[in-house]
Amino acid sequence: MEKQLNVSAIKDGTVIDHIPPKALFKVIQILKLEAFNNMVTFGNNLDSKAMGTKAIIKIANRYFEDEEVNKIALVAPHAKLNTIRNYEVVEKRVVQIPEQVNGIVRCFNPKCITNAESVSTKFQIINEKPIEMKCYYCEKITYENEIRIT
Amino acid sequence: MSKKNLISITDFSKEEYLKIMELSMQFEENPSQSLLKGKVIATLFFEPSTRTRLSFETAINRLGGKIIGFSDSNSSSVSKGETLHDTIKMVSNYADMIIMRHPLEGSARYAAEVSDVPVINAGDGANQHPSQTLLDMYSIMKTQGRLDDINLFMVGDLKYGRTVHSLLMAMSQFKNPIFNFVAPPELAMPDEYKIYLSNKGIRYFEHLEFNDIINQADIIYMTRVQKERFIDPVEYEKVKNVYILKNEMLANTKPTVKILHPLPRINEIHTNVDSNPKAYYFTQARNGVYTRMAIISHLLNLR
Repeated sequence: MEKQLNVSAIKDGTVIDHIPPKALFKVIQILKLEAFNNMVTFGNNLDSKAMGTKAIIKIANRYFEDEEVNKIALVAPHAKLNTIRNYEVVEKRVVQIPEQVNGIVRCFNPKCITNAESVSTKFQIINEKPIEMKCYYCEKITYENEIRIT
Repeated sequence: MSKKNLISITDFSKEEYLKIMELSMQFEENPSQSLLKGKVIATLFFEPSTRTRLSFETAINRLGGKIIGFSDSNSSSVSKGETLHDTIKMVSNYADMIIMRHPLEGSARYAAEVSDVPVINAGDGANQHPSQTLLDMYSIMKTQGRLDDINLFMVGDLKYGRTVHSLLMAMSQFKNPIFNFVAPPELAMPDEYKIYLSNKGIRYFEHLEFNDIINQADIIYMTRVQKERFIDPVEYEKVKNVYILKNEMLANTKPTVKILHPLPRINEIHTNVDSNPKAYYFTQARNGVYTRMAIISHLLNLR
């Protein structure tokens, strides 16, 4: 337990920990947290023993299905989810890279139809570390360092 | 029955490849048929490709079908800003099948999702052109009598050439192929295809230039080395004449070897090869009509 919390505790909800600092705003975007009415608090560039620095997000009164939260594995593959009830961690989960990624990532290929018309992207993950995803439409591979969120 | 499309060469199974070969042979024996009588086929060419379009349209005519469509996007509603989605939706109301070429990659897969009728991809940018691959296979089948145990030489631009990549994927489904790649380092076969072959235990060899090893070839598949692929024009000048096939180089090759080329040819096959019986590229183009008759009949469940 930290002596003093940089990001104040929540009574009930979800804490997403071990987010790489660079991925914080992408995670917010992927989970569409900007549209939430619940209390959302976050901190960035916090000290981390494991990662050097990290980001953390706390979302009050909101719980996530695996399918929903696994999407963030594309930008935060080591993120951990803690479910909080009455200030206690009642469940810990790690995120897993899904086999199929729909409508989150842009295809890196500028000549892909998905970048020209309003077509929702679809990718198959063909390698997890580093991430390599194959576009269902143009069949080109988007690599981890090219991942851009739509 | 669910709608069948042909978007990528890997959409077809080995059994379907063999069925297309068999049907192509039947259509070659008897090229005038009325299987498409009363049917309307749309040929939508969002970018011009005379050879491919005429080949498909000949195939449709020989099968007794009617054609609607356009041969470049300037003469269609695309020039008014209509989306691909809307064009395909509209045309799939009119036609029994859509054959399309489009400059954007993935456009054909997307059209197949939008369309209620089968879609054949006649080229989506640098991505796929599966009917070319099937006609290449038919040319191999016809001249060698088999698709197993083929020693296949691929020459020229192996990096960007979609025809060689698709042919490699398709021929890998058959027994004991041997691939020989002849290309400059700048245009070498991409690693992903070499890894694919290694994983399947298929033998391949890489050569920087032509040598006596071509005497083992069953098929020599030539492609164009395109100047615009080179960042440094000096590099192009260095390699441009290394990959020209000349008649004298064929002196000790197998009597059964055939030279294929997806055409158009620029200078990579010397014109003195044209009269050699080993030259097959013009007949190869004619085979495209029979192969496309076979693809259309197969997808519409007419055969």
